[in-house]
Amino acid sequence: MKKFPYTPLQIAIHIYAWFGIALLIFDFATGNISPNPVQDLEQRTGRHALTLLVLLLLCTPINTLFKWSEPLKRRRALGLYTFMYATIHVIIFADLDYGLAWSRLLQEVIQKSRLVVGAIAFILLIPLAITSFDIWKKRLGKNWKRLHQLVYFLAPLVVLHYLWSKKGDILSLQGEILKPLIYGLIIAIFLIVRIPPIKKALASFSTRMMSLLPPKKSAA
Amino acid sequence: MTNLYKSVPVRSSEITPKQVYLSRRDFMKAATVAASAALLAACAPSVTEMPQNAAPAPTSTATDELGNPVNTYEDITNYNNYYEFTTDKQGVAGLAKDFKTIPWTIEVGRLVNKPKTFGIDDLLKTFTQEERIYRLRCVEAWSMVIPWEGFTLANLLNMVEPTSEAKYVRFETVYRPDEMPGQKSPFYSWPYQEGLRLDEAMNDLTFLATGLYGEPNVPQNGTPIRLVVPWKYGFKSIKSIVKIELVAELPATLWNAIAPNEYGFYSNVNPDVDHPRWSQASERRIGELSRVPTLPFNGYGEQVASLYDGMDLNVNY
Repeated sequence: MKKFPYTPLQIAIHIYAWFGIALLIFDFATGNISPNPVQDLEQRTGRHALTLLVLLLLCTPINTLFKWSEPLKRRRALGLYTFMYATIHVIIFADLDYGLAWSRLLQEVIQKSRLVVGAIAFILLIPLAITSFDIWKKRLGKNWKRLHQLVYFLAPLVVLHYLWSKKGDILSLQGEILKPLIYGLIIAIFLIVRIPPIKKALASFSTRMMSLLPPKKSAA
Repeated sequence: MTNLYKSVPVRSSEITPKQVYLSRRDFMKAATVAASAALLAACAPSVTEMPQNAAPAPTSTATDELGNPVNTYEDITNYNNYYEFTTDKQGVAGLAKDFKTIPWTIEVGRLVNKPKTFGIDDLLKTFTQEERIYRLRCVEAWSMVIPWEGFTLANLLNMVEPTSEAKYVRFETVYRPDEMPGQKSPFYSWPYQEGLRLDEAMNDLTFLATGLYGEPNVPQNGTPIRLVVPWKYGFKSIKSIVKIELVAELPATLWNAIAPNEYGFYSNVNPDVDHPRWSQASERRIGELSRVPTLPFNGYGEQVASLYDGMDLNVNY
């Protein structure tokens, strides 16, 4: 018998990612949506994209801290799912919300900073999604990594987009800022632990901790 | 940019007929019943009875003066911005369910000749209740048409006789963090407070709502008494009022204190003055999918535009 080809982590990621869409469709079919369904769809797909992005950024710190390398291999799937939800989010905004009235849409986007940062983040996601396959990794060589480090720049933009879509003021810590703040802090932590000296310190700390644990039998 | 998107009155012929969107809701309801029946059948085959729909949500064939049909009772009572409970608009109804409104008193005072504390029953007895169908335009660019019951604020103010020094009216919401979980949030300076200029407050449109759809107000809509100022963004229409004060100085308001460049004291609905972070040129009427243009003063310009003669509304937003 062939070995089952998927790891539990892979299965969890795929189920989680598709569950978001399945739930949206189910809620729509059963009428379990807010009286403002377009906004509901925009907000839910946006939040889902951001959550997937957070999970993507979590992969490297997990490897650093727990010496568990499998999440590194799952970054592509998480990245592509992030792109999928971001694309649905943008399509809903342009089509359902603004009826593909391009001139009005463009005017709105260039005038409003929350849409500017959202649009930049989405546009930056496109080349990352396209070049996420092995053939591009080979073709781009060293540049591939540099290109994909754009995500460090893009993720804070997404949080800004979220924050600026809510009523509140981050500088005075007033208004509806709790959720964007939490997302922002998590992303900030995930980015900070990537800074080389910090990463090094964490890795050696993790090695010391691991040596205190009883040795595993099955380690290969 | 707003030239592209002029504010023209919405012709009634452009509005989705109520039957059409009601039938969409009916379809969704039917689908819900069918789906839940299917689920029930799957989980417990012995269940034979179909779940009965609860009492049908009231609807009304009434329209506002522009021909816009009123929203359903269900929409009005399940999609609420009431941050004292939660920022989740659909979560307010559940959290506010047990909110106690008896007894309730409203203190009306400061720069008046006859300060008075009213019990809610006094108000209902003293002032004849009438119906007003008003458009409500939220600053978040959605809107509803709501059949309120209540009386004009001017009736109440005339009774307490504002003195000549009184220039503004200040309103305050009840502060009960134990019953209103949102009031425990440190990100807002509770209690909610709002204000109007005295002439705005005395305008015949300015209304104190005590009921909805011909029934007493429900907690999520601001029981037992709330302000309705239909030509201003919804957050000016303060809910669950316990204090009304006539004052000489411009009163502080909650949203203005949070972000003065985004929420002005006046906050008149104005498609030409965008919120700094989103456009106010259009809005989505709850129950409809596409956007409709937003009207200056939310369509009440005839009655209220003269209040602002000589003022630059781009500065006094």
